[in-house]
Amino acid sequence: MSQNLFIRNSVVIRDSRVWRDGELIFKNETETTLSKFLKAIYKHQNLKYPKFFKMDSLSKLGYLGAEILINGEIQDKNTALVFSNSASSLETDEAYAQTMQDFPSPALFVYTLPNIMLGEISIRHQLRSENVFFVSREFDASLYIDYSKALFQEKKADNVLCGWVDLHNNDYDVFLWQIARSGGIDFNEEELKKLYLPTHE
Amino acid sequence: MSDLHTELKKSIIEQLNLEDMEVSEIENDEHLFGDGLGLDSIDALELIVLLEKDYGIKLTDPNQGKEIFNSINTMADFIEKNRTR
Repeated sequence: MSQNLFIRNSVVIRDSRVWRDGELIFKNETETTLSKFLKAIYKHQNLKYPKFFKMDSLSKLGYLGAEILINGEIQDKNTALVFSNSASSLETDEAYAQTMQDFPSPALFVYTLPNIMLGEISIRHQLRSENVFFVSREFDASLYIDYSKALFQEKKADNVLCGWVDLHNNDYDVFLWQIARSGGIDFNEEELKKLYLPTHE
Repeated sequence: MSDLHTELKKSIIEQLNLEDMEVSEIENDEHLFGDGLGLDSIDALELIVLLEKDYGIKLTDPNQGKEIFNSINTMADFIEKNRTR
């Protein structure tokens, strides 16, 4: 079945800045920690979700990116989540391993898988839709295209929220976008790379 | 309010990342779970760790938790009676 899919919107969080649809919407003026940067975005967006503060940094990045992308609400509950990164949940795995020398932290343990981020987004928006998390060496546009097309083709989703949310050694790289059957930019590798790369290099 | 009550509230806010919450906002008899402070099952595990780490109390019977972690008052009572440090 041939189908036309479109990128409806996108968010990039990188280098202490946040872009929505290519427009810079937040910038941290002073150098700060990742934790403070994430809290600054939360405050700037005027979000009210206390569970945010319990999340690990990877989930916070995914949650914030999704909130900004969808502007607070996922209208279509049949929105699938297709995410990937390269470092999995290594940052939190290491932090948890540290606590094992003393008192292992249950709160950290629950974040020692990268797809927990998808759970956090699903809980926040009451999604019971398809979700998948891939770990790949680098951002791989074709992975998202193939999987998302299959989801639409199999009628498993009406919309797809895709994300590359990577975090390692406090270096973060976040790119989220929504795909639908209408509206926006053509969903292909070239366009996807254009949206991902402008501020990346 | 005893020092222990205040200390517990501070620890809970810090350990459970209850950002934007002040010690004065937690009532001594307020339910910690459910409708009160709204803690969840992972928070319960963190409270068990807190008891052991800060007061040397190891919970042997998980069923005790429901009673002990009912409120700041019940936690403080239990700690007073069982603390080893």
